[in-house]
Amino acid sequence: MSTRLTLLTAGRVLRQLRADPRTIGLLLVVPCVLIGLLAWIYDGTRVFDRIGPALLGVFPFVVMFLVTSVATLRERTSGTLERLLTTPLRKGDIMAGYALAFGAAAVLQALVAVAFSVWVCGLDIAGSAALLVVVAVADAVLGTALGLLASGFARTEFQAVQFMPAVVLPQFLLCGLIVPRDDLPSVLHGLSDVLPLSYAVDAMTALATSVDSAASAGRDLLVIVGFTLVALALGSLTLRRRTP
Amino acid sequence: MSTAGAAPEPAIVVDHLRVVRGGREVLPDLSLRVPAGQVVGLLGPSGSGKSTLIRAVVGVQEVAAGSVTVLGHPAGSSPLRHLVGYVTQSPSVYDDLTVSENLRYFAGVAGAGPAAASAALDEVDLVDHVGQRAGALSGGQRSRLSLACALVGDPQVLVLDEPTVGLDPILRRDLWALFARLAGQGRTLLVSSHVMDEATRCDRLLLLREGRVLGDETPAELLERTGAADADDAFLRLVESAAGSGRGSGS
Repeated sequence: MSTRLTLLTAGRVLRQLRADPRTIGLLLVVPCVLIGLLAWIYDGTRVFDRIGPALLGVFPFVVMFLVTSVATLRERTSGTLERLLTTPLRKGDIMAGYALAFGAAAVLQALVAVAFSVWVCGLDIAGSAALLVVVAVADAVLGTALGLLASGFARTEFQAVQFMPAVVLPQFLLCGLIVPRDDLPSVLHGLSDVLPLSYAVDAMTALATSVDSAASAGRDLLVIVGFTLVALALGSLTLRRRTP
Repeated sequence: MSTAGAAPEPAIVVDHLRVVRGGREVLPDLSLRVPAGQVVGLLGPSGSGKSTLIRAVVGVQEVAAGSVTVLGHPAGSSPLRHLVGYVTQSPSVYDDLTVSENLRYFAGVAGAGPAAASAALDEVDLVDHVGQRAGALSGGQRSRLSLACALVGDPQVLVLDEPTVGLDPILRRDLWALFARLAGQGRTLLVSSHVMDEATRCDRLLLLREGRVLGDETPAELLERTGAADADDAFLRLVESAAGSGRGSGS
């Protein structure tokens, strides 16, 4: 892997993103609209303070998963990936380039979503808002890594889009957003322990509800980073230079 | 390393290559040589295995048996990544990037500077479209951009899959003139086409049909051997004589 080629590829992916203002708009606005909607639905109750932080972890994950899996599938079907694999560019440069580019987009998305939640929707955050942004970005990069991995198994864009409910929805149901993880049946609780989104929601909830939550959020963050690295490594295995 | 006096080393050596795609034997047992410093036309109808051979030469094709060697290295090995340029059949460029953004990225990947990017742009005559998005270019312009993105790396071997499809006669002529110029600089070009009349533009021809080599000679030798008036006719005669000698295999 080369830092120069990774940065070059990240720059190229960001330039592609910049050429598509509507996608940027959707990346930034949709999480805010959904969070705002929920804040309104639960207006006057304490529910939003419980699920709001979790959503800040879920949205970047879902959005980046989808964007990345479609973007890399396009790279495969357009022939550019085949061409790149005949150049000095390594698979790791491609994976890291995508992760870096969408990670940068995620920083912007997380800043906007956290600011909107706190200042417009009145979300109470007991812990550090900065750490909340860090966890949101880690979630987004995790979504990117899993999206890269999933796109390796998709042959068409229809399949790529179908991977979203297949990979994301089970994690969404078990991450503690709907029923706290401790109240889940023991098998499901065990299952939720091995799903990365659970750690994202744990970290977000801890940061929002308790003042001295940095240590436990840091542990969750490490788990998320671990999942991300494993997904990137597996994903680079799906980028095969020689194809049938 | 140079062997003065002896015949020059071929740029591409294919030995008993066997490729199976989707359960079908596309290349049953192919052996051929591509001499260095020439424009070699890979001609044959669609489905004859041209693209498969080209993919094997650039090292992205899964191979069942046999070997492909380019400039003395196994096809697709890392020393070749700086030496071989690949232009895919459908233009592989980023439609959402501008012409110059595409070129600068591929130049950067190949380790070349912005000067190489503008030189390549000049070669394919796209200077007037620098700021345009690739997706907004015409088909011919996009395929020339795709070619330029391979030229930026200053490759010794250039492998092009049907680069002239959909181009008007003037652009096709210009492109073949460019290929001749590149070969004149000592580069090797393997250019596939299903348009037989492009045969006369090549230094040498490889005629492919159903994964087998029907002819491997200069255009003049081909016409002389078959007694045909043009390449199309020569190809027909070769197919007929092959069917006559190997009855039962053809349909």
